[in-house]
Formats: sequence, structure tokens, C-alpha cells
Amino acid sequence: MIKDTDTDVPVLKPEEEARLHEQHGVPVHVAPTQKRGKNNDRVTDAILTCEDVNVFYGDFRAVTGVDLDFARNQITALIGPSGCGKSTLIRVLNRMNDLIDGARVEGKVTFRGVDMYAKNVDAIEVRRRIGMVFQKPNPFPKSIYDNIAYGPRVIGMKVANMDDLVEEALTGAALWTEVKDKLKQSAFGLSGGQQQRLCIARTIAVKPDVILMDEPCSALDPIATTRIEDLMAELRRNYTIVIVTHNMQQAARVADRTAFFTALADEGTGDRTGVLVEYGTTTQIFESPRDQRTEDYISGRFG
Amino acid sequence: MTTVRETGGPAKAPGRPAPFTFAGKPRYGERVIRVLLALAAAVTIATTIGILLALIVPALGFFREIPVTDFLFGDRWAPRFAKASFGVVPLITATLWTTLIALVIAVPFGLGAAMLLSEYARPGLRKILKPVLEILAGIPTVVYGLFALTFVQGTVFRQWLGLGTGAFSVLAAGVVMGIMIVPTVASVSEDAMSAVPQAMRQGSAALGANRMQTTLRVVFPAALSGIIAAIVLGVSRAVGETMIVAMAAGSQARIVSGPLEQGQTMTGFIANAALGDSRVGSIQYDTLFAVGLLLFLITLLVNFVSIALVRRYRQAY
Ligand SMILES: Nc1ncnc2c1ncn2[C@@H]1O[C@H](COP(=O)(O)OP(=O)(O)O)[C@@H](O)[C@H]1O
Ligand SMILES: [Mg+2]
Repeated sequence: MIKDTDTDVPVLKPEEEARLHEQHGVPVHVAPTQKRGKNNDRVTDAILTCEDVNVFYGDFRAVTGVDLDFARNQITALIGPSGCGKSTLIRVLNRMNDLIDGARVEGKVTFRGVDMYAKNVDAIEVRRRIGMVFQKPNPFPKSIYDNIAYGPRVIGMKVANMDDLVEEALTGAALWTEVKDKLKQSAFGLSGGQQQRLCIARTIAVKPDVILMDEPCSALDPIATTRIEDLMAELRRNYTIVIVTHNMQQAARVADRTAFFTALADEGTGDRTGVLVEYGTTTQIFESPRDQRTEDYISGRFG
Repeated sequence: MTTVRETGGPAKAPGRPAPFTFAGKPRYGERVIRVLLALAAAVTIATTIGILLALIVPALGFFREIPVTDFLFGDRWAPRFAKASFGVVPLITATLWTTLIALVIAVPFGLGAAMLLSEYARPGLRKILKPVLEILAGIPTVVYGLFALTFVQGTVFRQWLGLGTGAFSVLAAGVVMGIMIVPTVASVSEDAMSAVPQAMRQGSAALGANRMQTTLRVVFPAALSGIIAAIVLGVSRAVGETMIVAMAAGSQARIVSGPLEQGQTMTGFIANAALGDSRVGSIQYDTLFAVGLLLFLITLLVNFVSIALVRRYRQAY
């Protein structure tokens, strides 16, 4: 893995760079001091790691050469202009890309040191440990209770008392007091913000280690957004969270670490591919970005 | 008059601009289309009413001579005998048997095909399966009837399986009718399942559900109203199907108590008797319309139940 911990010196030797170009087929067009995948602050307690991850949709390379480690019990934000592959990358982390025809992941992704893309790994088992909350709330056409009970039931979790588990999950998602009298009612009757918290409750009901969230607040109003952000701060104690957000203030508010991505155009074909520009603590990224492009983005000069 | 003036720019045109108006051109084409559409709707409604009247008037003639209860609950159907009897129960039992057997075939295979097409099949397989279903749906019913009579009843049931049945059976007719209905059930329920948002499948997958669990526990309930509509459409087609039962179910109107028996369905009776030589205005002639009216009412009832169920289970995603 190529890591630059605390200096601005180029991470790649020229021959390494040439090798990478050849390997990826994409001339990664960056100045010597702006090497890709620059990690400004080493993650010591990583639960998930990405090593040279490339994602393809058919022939199209959506993400190129991402090295990124996610720290346990922290919130990591993925930010960047739209189309830079944030959703693509977060789907790599629980193998949701398997469900997309033509999607292909290269590189090494580990969860607690185990290669998630090894031959003998069952993607379904991966998703039991790494849950996901989506951009638009997507409750099932079932009662509130059954929405929560669904996960434990399908994975055959040993549950002593389902009622208790439902209450625990709803409490964990800060939704219990609002819905405790209408558990048998359809989940579609809830407001958008409540539905999103229901989806979070549904995710924590199966007791995952990691929760991935892809722009979980983008369909919500500011008050509902605040509630979800508060909830994330709570969840952080027991879960590792990765969140994609297009809202930089949100990243600044909730995340311990922030990774900034951008899309680079291939010189020959003009195809754009997502690359990691800079990764560090949120404070460092927002207060003293080391890459010009990060600075431009967070100061609103770009994207 | 306004006193505010644009400054700086050169004067555009001398004099004041023409007063502004929202008036548009008259749109005659739109009016013509609206009249044509109204006409089309009127023709449809008039036709329906016409058919109903054509059914009801002779049927009333029938019920002036035969009490409704004798018709509905009588268990002997012999309209052409010297000692005539007009109990419709035998016809109803045959219709029930063929319909039930058809559903036993059409529902599992139709829903299975829909599941395969909407949840499992890759584009390549879809490209093959869809046309096959469409071909199946396009075969004339008389061909199905022939198939039921000669191959299913004659070859399979009697020769291969050695079932000691006669030349006809409600089983052969029902099974083939079921095959005929599979494409209908499959295509309507596939539409309903494909309409379930992808986001719901992803939500289920993200919890660690496998594809079958997602299909059965999320997609199915979400598509339930459409699936019910598909099954009800299948029921309507089975109840109303004529050629297959006329050819393969039999022509003796006796109460059917087992699948290997022959039996005459309501439609089978109408098809047979209509080809006969009943004199207009005779009781035999009016019988046709009494049975036709009953058939119509049953279909109507099935449709009402369907609408109620579809409403009950409709999901607003
Ligand atoms: N299912 C897909 N099939 C093909 N291309 C896709 C698919 N999803 C995303 N892409 C492409 O991959 C690139 C990155 O998309 P995405 O990961 O959604 O970016 P972001 O979430 O950062 O906006 C875009 O160019 C997008 O068009
Ligand atoms: Mg996205």
C-alpha cells in the first residue's frame, strides 16, 4: 500500500508511477506534490481497508486506484463533486456492486483483515456485517414492526424476544417514542425523516459492525437532517460509520475523518474516473488541506 | 402611462409597443379530437348496454317459465328432453372443476415464470423467454382444444397413464386451459413485480437477504395487488374459455364429482346448443341466454372482488 503519512514529498517513484499507469491504463494526471491516495494521517485501528481499488462498469472505469482505511468506531465522510465515484466506492464496501450487471471490482478490500472479495466469501455474509442506508428512505411495504423484524428473520438470527429487539433497534435509531403506539401500522405512513430513521433501525437490528450511509439526508428537511446527524454521533459509540455526503458542512459536523475525491479526465478518451485526492482527519482536511483541489472544493471554488 | 424609461440603451422602436394580450389562436384540431374520443367512448358504452339487453330480454322470457330457484339450485340439466329440466348446477360443477384445475396449473407456473423473468433472468434469458410466452399466448384456442382432446386425454391419460377414462375429462380440458392461461398470469404479474422499485430489493439485500427471500418477502407483497389482478384475470379467462372445454371436457351435463369425469361447462353448453336448431323464442333458445346471463354475472362478480382486493393491497411506493 502506498501511504504518505506526514510529508508532502512525492509518494511514488517515477518507475512506480509508470507501472501504475500501465496497470490501470489511465494516465493519472497529477502534479508531483499531489499524489493520488494521499493519506495525511495514518489510521491505526482500521476495520475496513481498501488497497488499490478500481471499479468498472463494463469497460468504463468509474474509480481508479483508491487506497483508504476506515477507522473502527469512527465516522468517515466521503466527499467530492457528483460523479466522482463516491456511491460506487461505498457500494464496494459491502459488495452491493455485485447486484449491478457489468460492475467489477479490482483490488483488495479487507474487513477485519479478511479479504472481502476472495473466492470463498459469500457476499450475503458480508452484508450481514456491513449494513447500508440509502439516499432515499426505502422501507418495505410492511408494518413498522415487520420492517425491523425482517432482517433478523431472514438471516436466521437467534432472537429470544423479537419485541425487545424491535424496541431496542427503534430506540437506538431515536424513533421508539414516536412509533411505539403504531408498530402495526404501515411504514409508509411515516414522514421521510422517520422513514430514514426506520431504515437505520432496520440496519442496526441485525447488529452489523459497520453502517454505510449514502447521502442519507439528501431527501430530508433540515430538522430531520439534524436528528439523523445527532443519531450518528450516538451510533458512533457502537458502530463504524462511513457516510457519503454532498454537504460539506455535514461532513465537517459529523465526521472524524474525511476523504476527498474528484474525477479526473483521461487525456486520450476524455472518460472521467474517480480518484482519491486527499484523506485525513476532518479538521486537517477542512482547516489545512494540503492539496490545492481539496482547498478549492471546500472553499466552494469548485463543484 | 409609465414614466420609467430605460436609460443607456438606444431607443428600440418609435412609438409604443402594441398592447400585450394573452389571446391565442383557436385550436380546432383539439376540439375535433375531443369529439372523436367522446364518440369512441359512447360506442363502447352503447355496445355494452346492447349486449346486456340482448342477454336480459330472452333470459327474462326464460325466467317467466322456469323459477330462478329451480334454475340455480336444480341438479338436473336436460333442456332438450321431453321431460325437460333446467337445473344449472351440473354446468356449474363442470365450470368449477375446469377453472380450479386450470388455476392449479396457471398460478404456480405463471407466477414462477414472472419471478424468473423479473427477479432472476439476465437480459439474455429474458430475450428468449418473453417471445416464447407470447407465442404461447397467440396459439388459437381450437389448437389447444385439439391438443387437450388428442394428446393430453388420448395419449397421455389413457395410453401412457392407463387412466380408465372416456374420450373426455375435465382434467384434460383444465390442464390445457391452465397452460393457455400461463402467459396471461405471467405477463401481468411480471409487470407488477418489475414495477417494484429497485431500492426495495437493495434495502433487502443490504440486510443480508438472499434473492429468494427478497423475492418472496419483499417483492411479492409489494406487487401483491398486481399479482391478484393477474390471477383474477386468469380466473375470468378460465370461466369464459369455450373452445377447449367444448372439445375436450365432454358434452353430457352431469354433476362432476372427480377430475377424470367428463362434464359440460356453461360455455360448453352455450357453444353446443347455439349450433343446434333451437327455434327463436322457444324455451330451448331462451335457455342459452339464461346461462349466458349467469356467466356474465359470475364474471362481473369476479371482477368486483378483484377490484376490492386490488384496492386493499395496493401499495403506494
Ligand atoms: N450502475 C451504473 N452503471 C454504469 N455506470 C455507473 C453506474 N453507477 C454509476 N455509474 C457511473 O460511475 C460514475 C460514478 O458514479 P457514482 O458512484 O454514482 O458517483 P457519485 O456518487 O460520486 O455521484 C459516474 O460516471 C456514473 O455515471
Ligand atoms: Mg452518489
